[in-house]
Amino acid sequence: MADFQIAIIGAGPAGLSAAARAQILDQQNQVSTPSYVLLEGFEVVAKTIQRYQKGKKVMAEPGFLDLRSDVRFEEGRREEILGWWQGRCEELGINIRYQAEVSAITGSKGAFDIALVNGENISAENIILGIGLEGNPRMLGVDGERLDRVQYNLEDPKAFHDEIILVVGAGDSAIENALALSEQNDVFILNRRDEFSRAKEGNLNLILKAISDDGHRLNCFYSTSIKSVTQNSEGKPLHVVMKTPEGDITMDCDRIVARLGAIPPRRFVESIGIQFPSERRDAIPELSRHYESNVPGVYIVGSLAGYPLIKQAMNQGYDVVEFINGNFIKPADYPLLQHQLLGLPYDREVDELLERFQALIPMFRKLNSLAFRELIIESTIIAGYPSDQVLDDARRKINTLASKLRAEGRNPRMTKVIAEGDVIYDRGEFGTSFFTIVDGEVVLENEVEGQQLRTTLGRGEFFGESSLLSGRPRGEKAIAGSNCIVVETPRRTMLKLMNSNEEVRSGIDWIFVVRELQRHFAPFAPLRELRDLGARVGTRQFDAGATIYDEGDEAASLFIVRSGAITLSRQVDGQDVLVSQLRSGKLFGQMALMGDGIRRETATATVAAEVIEVERAEFLELVQRNDARIRQLQEDVSRQVIDKARMSVRPDAAGLFRFLMRNGLGEATNVLVIDERLCVGCDNCEKACAETHEGLCRLDRKSGPTAVDVHIPSACRHCEQPHCMKDCPPNAILRAASGEVFITDACIGCGNCEKNCPYDVIRLSYAAPKKPGLLSWLLFGRGSGPGERQGFEPDAEAKARGKKAVKCDACVNVKGGPACVRACPTGAAKRIGPAEFVALVEGRMQ
Amino acid sequence: MIYRNVMRYAGGRYLWVALLLVASSFVLYFSQGGVQPPNGGTWQGYVLGTVAALLIVWLAWLGIRKRRYAGGSGTVQGWTSAHIYLGTAVLLLATLHCALQFGWNVHTLSYVLMCGVIFSGFYGLYQYLTQPQLLARNRAGEARAGLFAELYDMDGEARRLAARCSPAVGLAVKSGVERTMLGGGMGAQLLQRDGSRFMQAGSGEAAATLLPNADQQPLVDFVAARIPRAAKRSEARNLQDLLAILVRRQSLLRQLRRDIALQGWLRVWLYVHVPMTIALIVALIVHIVTTFIYW
Ligand SMILES: Cc1cc2nc3c(=O)[nH]c(=O)nc-3n(C[C@H](O)[C@H](O)[C@H](O)COP(=O)(O)OP(=O)(O)OC[C@H]3O[C@@H](n4cnc5c(N)ncnc54)[C@H](O)[C@@H]3O)c2cc1C
Ligand code: HEM
Ligand code: SF4
Ligand code: SF4
Repeated sequence: MADFQIAIIGAGPAGLSAAARAQILDQQNQVSTPSYVLLEGFEVVAKTIQRYQKGKKVMAEPGFLDLRSDVRFEEGRREEILGWWQGRCEELGINIRYQAEVSAITGSKGAFDIALVNGENISAENIILGIGLEGNPRMLGVDGERLDRVQYNLEDPKAFHDEIILVVGAGDSAIENALALSEQNDVFILNRRDEFSRAKEGNLNLILKAISDDGHRLNCFYSTSIKSVTQNSEGKPLHVVMKTPEGDITMDCDRIVARLGAIPPRRFVESIGIQFPSERRDAIPELSRHYESNVPGVYIVGSLAGYPLIKQAMNQGYDVVEFINGNFIKPADYPLLQHQLLGLPYDREVDELLERFQALIPMFRKLNSLAFRELIIESTIIAGYPSDQVLDDARRKINTLASKLRAEGRNPRMTKVIAEGDVIYDRGEFGTSFFTIVDGEVVLENEVEGQQLRTTLGRGEFFGESSLLSGRPRGEKAIAGSNCIVVETPRRTMLKLMNSNEEVRSGIDWIFVVRELQRHFAPFAPLRELRDLGARVGTRQFDAGATIYDEGDEAASLFIVRSGAITLSRQVDGQDVLVSQLRSGKLFGQMALMGDGIRRETATATVAAEVIEVERAEFLELVQRNDARIRQLQEDVSRQVIDKARMSVRPDAAGLFRFLMRNGLGEATNVLVIDERLCVGCDNCEKACAETHEGLCRLDRKSGPTAVDVHIPSACRHCEQPHCMKDCPPNAILRAASGEVFITDACIGCGNCEKNCPYDVIRLSYAAPKKPGLLSWLLFGRGSGPGERQGFEPDAEAKARGKKAVKCDACVNVKGGPACVRACPTGAAKRIGPAEFVALVEGRMQ
Repeated sequence: MIYRNVMRYAGGRYLWVALLLVASSFVLYFSQGGVQPPNGGTWQGYVLGTVAALLIVWLAWLGIRKRRYAGGSGTVQGWTSAHIYLGTAVLLLATLHCALQFGWNVHTLSYVLMCGVIFSGFYGLYQYLTQPQLLARNRAGEARAGLFAELYDMDGEARRLAARCSPAVGLAVKSGVERTMLGGGMGAQLLQRDGSRFMQAGSGEAAATLLPNADQQPLVDFVAARIPRAAKRSEARNLQDLLAILVRRQSLLRQLRRDIALQGWLRVWLYVHVPMTIALIVALIVHIVTTFIYW
């Protein structure tokens, strides 16, 4: 007979909540000796939360999830929350042992033997592991990572003042430390990526606001990592070399606070017999729907189970004790999923459905089942029905519940019900979400050399990865096939997943490569025949300005631009002459493979770029297929040779091209360009813009660079991967299917997009007063007339609403297209896309 | 071809429309004959007159279309292109309509006003086709605001350097900067007249005098003249630095003045074209009404 029915290890939020539930169950069952024990290694509860900064605002994310626990938790300060917990512990009389660190667990379900560090032994039938992830902090991984002033946690930010401090990391703790430290220090936060996709909404808002606020002593380096840290003999104590997209930079500072997350106490967990799905350091153990690990009787909850938030940990603690007691209650996020899955043609439980779904999608199979659950919660589920009675029934079911919930003031996300044959997205549309097929079929329709090409995708396959990774418009049309069920996951969730899950990242990378190869070399080849080949082809990253190959090099491979842009240049009479500019989706370097094997030009990355490299062997394998697109490839090469030859004899044209690329056309999809030889300066373009956009003009004709009479006014470029979009907390910046990047009313005026736009085309402004009617202007001289500029004073209502971001939306809502272009009397103002850049340059050279 | 000027809009589509119109007007004109000599009173004359009058109304409508930013058909460039060709055609149509019968009356007044509008239009078109290049070349890739910003810097720099020089130079430069004139009335803007002044200290008891400083040359000469007479090396160096700034400032001012003038010429003709259009329409109404009354 074991000492306890349940031993709960770790008194974090998960363990506490579990213990509270067990205690209450004991009380209900009127058991005199506790059936459980809570073992905590520290001297008080919740060491992880104790370690937060003093006064930290603890968030109760995710907002849409209800708390289910016998312990109180809501948004509040750290001290307050710890107070509630410690108090509740005593009030309930929870059977907790402090300073009881567990060192080993042996035995099996029904008779586990728990060894404590202090030598004691305890036996239990079941074990709940809630030891969190705080085991060991992840180190910088560079020389100097163990220097004195390089620290991996921060007890009290107030302890430092007027220091230069580098905070490394992009997660919540890095953000919180950086914010607190910046109150009395100069803080630089180093983010390895170019956005804070791992952060919680609330923190994201705070950091972005702080970065953009000039009054704050906080700055951010994006896409930057530390290369080395050394000790200085004088001046600031640390000397840091950082890798940035613009090259290496150095910096002297007082201190580095690295918050790179933690490595799970994996050895300990594995010693119990628990298996991890992969060798990767941050892999998460595989769990059943009831949080049971592969070792029967050992349950894992909280952050160790891959759930990073307190509320989730607490809900799981509660649920798991119920499960162990045989009450298979539904998890707290159950209703959310229920609504999302309601429109599906299955009469199954949510959990069962999820399990099935996950089993059906190979790429997600290795995901922790709870992480998968989270993915589904953030996605839209699309269900396609044959257009008949069933469809109507499904629609009716959804609408009835939705209106009922809305009446209760809730705004649920429901299944998106569509008809078979409906277009999920169309070719040429802009969109960045990612689609996974759970069931049924989806047809991708493409056009190659005038021929219709239809590919049918089935269960477990996915699509849309090309736009997700490159920012390019959709290259194909996706049509709902028979009885399809598709999960549409937004870009931000996908990025988060790819950043934290190598399997998903490599899975998506791989299919991207395979489809690119298919597109370029053998569009009619069945995808499966290219799969192995795809696995042999790699992707390489280049920083802006980096050389991919040099003119005269021996060629061994060709490249496909995956994202960013590439410049090809050539030496002509000792001068570096640009011959071509390539954007994502384009092939380069193939000429050498098809010709004499010598590079005829130098390739450099115009902006940070990723390229797919196809080696000679793979290339030969591709072109030797009998469905290879040899003729097309050869034609492309000849055309490129001609283009390049034409460009290289015109160094002046190359100069203009380079000017255009430098000013954003390298990533633009739609840009306003004014021909100075035609512009009479009447400003009708600006007037038209203001008149069609609530009185606020979004372009500044006079500012912006000019070369060879080509003027690029300050107006949105509608970038391929809009910089403005990446850190908008309320996701207020959207991209229309037709490509226009525009800002919706959801804007909270944080000013991030203004900061992030490299072309300075966004500004924050109050709403302009309404224009008077034409008559009252004419007759009574009220306000300003049509086209008249107004230096306005915002009214009270506008002030109460606050400033919002305004920028060119390419007249997404104006009939007839961009008002600026239509209003130009001389034809000087044109909006052009990448396809016209060469024509623009050539037109200039006559 | 991405950019085409108004003349070449849509491959000169409206040129052909206008030519067709003119050709058929000539046919119509020469079909007059017999008892009456060609004039406004024949049915052909009426047709020509009506078409010309309708065209004039449509031409004037450009002013409205140009301000219909959200709606409106076609592009303003297309409208302008048609405006130019059909406006020119109106000259011929109206001439054929009146068959060159002029007198001191409201009918001829309409004709004269129309000619005024049309010839001012020609002038405007000439401006539209030629000035933008000059403007762009003059600004050399800078925005006007950029030129002003640089001028502002130069002003500060000149003041700073002048403060290190002798009081006479200091006064001259400081006053020269303060009394630099740009723009002014319309005439001054268009003709690039420069009423700048600077103040020269009097010798001994004599009061300071304000001297003209057109194009900044007098001030430049004044400072340049001091350089050989500088007592100290350091003074000579300061003066030379100052001179360099003043010369740069001078060229900036020239650039700005020319920019303002060119912009002005691009606009000023409309102050003739538009009011005359209004007068023309009034005269036209009177012309038509009287024609019917005194039939
Ligand atoms: C800086 C920071 C800020 C955060 N902010 C928020 C926030 O605002 N909102 C939010 O919802 N989440 C936040 N989180 C996440 C949150 O802290 C975790 O999700 C939560 O603590 C996980 O709870 P847990 O019970 O799984 O593990 P933990 O809270 O880590 O608890 C584990 C407990 O187990 C004990 N333990 C470990 N090993 C042993 C052993 N061998 N024997 C006995 N005891 C052991 C530890 O001492 C500890 O008390 C934040 C995290 C960090 C690091
Ligand atoms: C009877 C004949 C004409 C009438 C009534 C007329 C009337 C007008 C009017 C009302 C405008 C609008 C001005 C504004 O609102 O800014 C205009 C503009 C203009 N007109 Fe005419 N016009 C006539 C003939 C011509 C001719 C013959 C030409 C040239 C060959 C011409 C060239 C122009 C030009 C270049 C503009 C400026 C367009 C712009 O900037 O929007 N017009 N005209
Ligand atoms: S606002 Fe700036 S970053 Fe955003 S799409 Fe336009 S140009 Fe690009
Ligand atoms: S659109 Fe509004 S909320 Fe979004 S980043 Fe710009 S200012 Fe911030």
